[in-house]
Amino acid sequence: MSGYMTGILTVLSINIIMAYAIFLPAAAGQLNLGGAGFQALGAYATAFLSAKYGTPSWATIPAAMLVGGLVGGVLAFPLLRTKGVYLVLATFALAEVIAGAILNTTALGGAMGLSVPDYVGANVPMIAAACVTLFVFYLMATRFGLVMRAAHDDDVVTDLLGANVRAIRVVAFALGGALAGLSGALYALAFSFVDISTFNATISIYVLLYVLLGGTQTAFGPILGATFFTLLPEVLRSVLPQVKAFLAGIFGQTGAIAPPDESWRFIILGLLTVLMMIFRPEGLVTRTFIERLKGALRGQGARRKGAVA
Amino acid sequence: MTTAAPLLSLQNVSKRFGGLSVITDVSFEVAKGARMALIGPNGAGKTTIFNLISGFYRPDEGQIVLDGVPIQQLPSRKRVGLGLSRSFQNIRLMPHLSVIENIMLAQQPHAGGLLDMVKPIALPGFRRWQREAEELLDAMGIDTYAGDVVATLPYGVRKKIEVVRALAAKPKLLLLDEPAAGLNAAETEGLTDFLKRIALTGVTLLVVEHDMGLVRKLCDDAVVLNFGAKIYDGPTATVQDNPLVLEAYLGPRHSKTASGASDQKGAHHVA
Repeated sequence: MSGYMTGILTVLSINIIMAYAIFLPAAAGQLNLGGAGFQALGAYATAFLSAKYGTPSWATIPAAMLVGGLVGGVLAFPLLRTKGVYLVLATFALAEVIAGAILNTTALGGAMGLSVPDYVGANVPMIAAACVTLFVFYLMATRFGLVMRAAHDDDVVTDLLGANVRAIRVVAFALGGALAGLSGALYALAFSFVDISTFNATISIYVLLYVLLGGTQTAFGPILGATFFTLLPEVLRSVLPQVKAFLAGIFGQTGAIAPPDESWRFIILGLLTVLMMIFRPEGLVTRTFIERLKGALRGQGARRKGAVA
Repeated sequence: MTTAAPLLSLQNVSKRFGGLSVITDVSFEVAKGARMALIGPNGAGKTTIFNLISGFYRPDEGQIVLDGVPIQQLPSRKRVGLGLSRSFQNIRLMPHLSVIENIMLAQQPHAGGLLDMVKPIALPGFRRWQREAEELLDAMGIDTYAGDVVATLPYGVRKKIEVVRALAAKPKLLLLDEPAAGLNAAETEGLTDFLKRIALTGVTLLVVEHDMGLVRKLCDDAVVLNFGAKIYDGPTATVQDNPLVLEAYLGPRHSKTASGASDQKGAHHVA
C-alpha cells in the first residue's frame, strides 16, 4: 500500500469514529457542534500521558476514551437542559472553551503543540473504526437504541411511554464523548503530533455534516457520510485536472494545460452539500430507504395488499 | 357507580395557567372495568384533564388516585408502570420507527431494566419482545403492516396502531383522546367494535370524544365538562336530558326544551 493510501485510510478511519461520536447523541435528537473539543481532549490526554510518562498506547487510548466519556457525561447534565439551536450553540461554546484552556496550559505545550513519542500504524485506526461501527450497529439494535430513536422523534411521548429520556440522552452524549476521545487518541498516535489549531470549528462542522447528510436514522448514515466527504476531495484532486484537460480539448485548446485552481474542489463539495440538503433533507440513508431496499431484495411488494379495514 | 374502590378518582382537582383557571374543582370516579366518556364543548378542559392524569401537567390543587395510589406528584414516565396508558388527539406514533418498533417501545415499563436495555431486540434468540408485540398486533387484527415505517401508513391504520401501542403497556386504565377524530363513518364503526373488544379484555376506558354516536354505543357513563367545571356525571343515556348540558352546547334558550326535537339537534351539534 502506498503512503498516500495509508494516509487516506488513517484519516478515513478517524473520521468514521468521529462521525459515530456525533451520531450517537444525534440519533437521540441532540446536535453536538463541539465534536472537535472532545476530540482535542482525547488527543491531548494521549499526547500528555505518552510524552510525560511514556505510557504505552494500549493504556493511553482507553484513558483518552475515559476522559472524553467523563467530560461528556458530566457536561451532558447542564448541556442537555438546552434544546435545539441553543444546544448547538452551547456545545460549540464548549469546544471553544476546551480549545482556549488547552492553548493556555503550558504543561500541554500551549500554542506550540505536543509531540507524541508513541506511534501506531494505519492498522490500529482501521481496526478501531471497524469495532466502533460494529458497536454502534449493535447498540442501535438494542432496546437502548430503540428508545434513543424514539426520543429523537418525540421525547414527550417517549417519556409518557415509561422511558427515562434524560438518562438515555446523557448516556448517548457520554458515549459520543468517549468515541470522540478515541478518535483524538488515534489522531495523536497516527500523526505523532498534536496542535490545538487542528481541532477547530471546521472539524466540528464537517463531522456534523457527515452525520446529518449521511442520515441520523440508521447506523449506515455516518459511515457513508464520513466516507463520502473524506474521499470526495481526494477523488476530485485526481479527476478535476482530467476534466479540465477534456474541456480544454473540446474548445480546441492544445498544449500544456495548467491544473485547475484548488478552490474548485471546495466549490464542488459545497454545491454537492447544498444539493443533498435539498433532495435528501433527512440524510442519504433513511429508514424508509432501508425498508424499500429490503423489500426490493426480497421482491415482495404484494404483501401490502391485504390492507386492514 | 359501583361501591367497589374506583380505579381512578379525581378529588377536587384544579389547574391554573397563570391567571387563567382551566380546571376548577373537578371530582369524578372511574369504576374498574367501566367504559366512561369525558365530553364537553371545545375548550372545556377535557384534554387538560388527560394531561393532568398522565402527568404532562401537575394539578395546583386536589388529588388524583390510581388504583389506591396518589399519583399527582409522580413523574409522568412512572405512571405507565402503575397501569396508566393513553393515546393522543393528534396521532403521536414515532414516524421513523416501524409499527412493530412502536409497539415494542411501549413495552418499556415491563422491559426497562438495565439488562433489557442492552440486549438486542431483533436478533435470533432475543425475539421475545418482538413476538409479544406481533401477538398483540395479531390479536387486534393488524397484522399486515408490522415491518412498515409508520410515516408511510394511512391515517385510519395509524389511529388504530396508536391504540394498540397504548395497550402494549398492559394498562388497567386506557385514556383515549378523540380516537374517532378524522375517521369516516365506516372507520368509526370499525373503531367502535375494536374498542369494545379491548374493553372486554378487562381494560377500563376513559374516552374523550365528540362523536356522540360512538359515545352512546361505547360508553355507559359520561362526565360532562364546561369551562373547566363538571356539569354532569351519570349514565350516557340521559345526558341529553340534562338542562345544564343542553345549555353548555346550545345556549341558554335550549335549556328548557328538553328531549324530543332538541335531542336530535343536540346530537347533531355535538357530533
